[in-house]
Amino acid sequence: MKLATLQRAVARAVMQPLTRSERMQRSAPGGGRMSSYAARFIKPNDRLTSFERLEIYNRQYWFRVLGGMAEDFPGLRAVLGGQRFESMCKAYLTECPSRSFTLRNLGAHLETWLRQNPSWIRDRRVLALDMVCLEWADIEAFDGQAKLPLRPEDLREIEVPNLRLGIQPYVQLLELHYPVDDLVLEVKHGDDTPDFASNAVHERRKRSKVRAVAKLEPAQIFLAVHRLDFSVYFRRIQPEEFLLLNALRSGKTIERAIELAFRTSSVPTADRAAFVQHSFQTWATLGWFCRPDEKVRGEKSHGKRE
Amino acid sequence: MPENKFNGFMNYGIGIGLRSPHYDHILSRKPVVDWFEIISENFMIDGGRPLHILDQILEQYKVVQHGVSMYFGSAEKPNREHLRRLKELVKRTKTPWLTDHLCWGSVDGRYTHDLLPMPYTFEAARLTAQKVREVRDFLEVPIAVENVSSYAEFHVSEMTEWEFLNEVVERADCGVLLDVNNIYVSSRNHSFDPFTYVNSVPAERVAQIHIAGHSKFQKYILDTHDHPVIDPVWKLYERAIQRAGHTATLLEWDDSIPSFKEVHGEAMKANRFLADTTLAVAV
Repeated sequence: MKLATLQRAVARAVMQPLTRSERMQRSAPGGGRMSSYAARFIKPNDRLTSFERLEIYNRQYWFRVLGGMAEDFPGLRAVLGGQRFESMCKAYLTECPSRSFTLRNLGAHLETWLRQNPSWIRDRRVLALDMVCLEWADIEAFDGQAKLPLRPEDLREIEVPNLRLGIQPYVQLLELHYPVDDLVLEVKHGDDTPDFASNAVHERRKRSKVRAVAKLEPAQIFLAVHRLDFSVYFRRIQPEEFLLLNALRSGKTIERAIELAFRTSSVPTADRAAFVQHSFQTWATLGWFCRPDEKVRGEKSHGKRE
Repeated sequence: MPENKFNGFMNYGIGIGLRSPHYDHILSRKPVVDWFEIISENFMIDGGRPLHILDQILEQYKVVQHGVSMYFGSAEKPNREHLRRLKELVKRTKTPWLTDHLCWGSVDGRYTHDLLPMPYTFEAARLTAQKVREVRDFLEVPIAVENVSSYAEFHVSEMTEWEFLNEVVERADCGVLLDVNNIYVSSRNHSFDPFTYVNSVPAERVAQIHIAGHSKFQKYILDTHDHPVIDPVWKLYERAIQRAGHTATLLEWDDSIPSFKEVHGEAMKANRFLADTTLAVAV
């Protein structure tokens, strides 16, 4: 058997979902008995059958990838509940197995996949999608690229109106329909609480998360997920700030970005200059401005995440 | 013998794996450690805290890169994005040598994120060696391949694991990262004499040695890196350094990670074998 053929056959079995009791399936990929399938290429020994030896790898694979998903999406897990979350992850990873050398990117396609497979989130669709966007943004903000920030004094030299500014790649801008930032902080705080190895404590935390999800009321929020001193923060921003930052990121001039930001704004005209000045000062202090990316210069629009 | 072209002619002593629970201790207390091994993939990112920590470590310590997903034994071509990012990291760390596993784990661009055992065939040895050469030529750094622990063997195998290792490293002209814990684990899972393995490794190619702990189950042993090193593994280590000399040694502890002091203390136990070997050589 050729190396590539053998590896394909083994990988298909290793990546086939486990049973409910976390054992290897009795049916082989493509039909037939898994015991016969495994015996075709794996030797048994005096303690383990071919099936059992292959099962070690099958279980390791799923424990590793499901563990990675649970670590990256604790908020979504709280929204869906543990069992549904795990079933959803199995379905997602079966359709979208990792195509990256790093487990960091395991959930890169989860939002898109959930939009195409809404049955997994049917009764909490909007909330679940908001949470996925936020948790993925958290990952991107944690280790995203940081360019050399423009300092406040650099901004004084700006020749408005034609100048363009870049926004740091690690800054993630989100428009959300639920205040999922609060929820995810609550979920993470619960996980950080020292564990006294008590079932009662575990149960209380679980109930608390369920209550937190149940009582969450819809509310449109705009969020910048960014990092400061290498820690990730969720910063609520005004809709005008969101539009302005997105416009700048997509390559609009400052003048055009301001125009777009206030097109449907309720901020009184008289207050807009102060609003813009304050926003720019804050963003410059946070280090969000950088030289614009040559590739996004012009009128290309990135739009908002829906 | 310990300094050779496969480890950049470096004599690095005893190191430990750099793990996040120890960051604060290392950066605030600055303990004396010969060197740290980093998992390359954890730092093949664009920015943020991991790279900030790494840069601080690099200012004070020697660092060697160890990878977990190059998959020299996978039948497909190396991932270009992986290679590009790895080369960026090599430039950053100036690692004198680079290691990854003699295994496979990806098929048609899909990753299992596991270290799957090779079929020990001449075809696999040829393809694996070719890939090691390609990666080395691209990265421009010496490469050593690590023997993995395994739980399965293939019918198609045409040789033993140690014969396969020899076949690959000779064809690739690369080094060996000899993991004596993995040899022990595999010897128990596949019923062979671990000393036969250690005695068959080309000593002149050993660039580095790994030691670690493991977990015993009823019917097999799992390589979990969550326990101290057991005596039979120390015996294999002793034999390995008798043959290869005072080779750079690294303790891996990846799960249920205890305090820095405990991990470092466990690694430093290797000193007693190194001292004995010095005496033996002197006599």
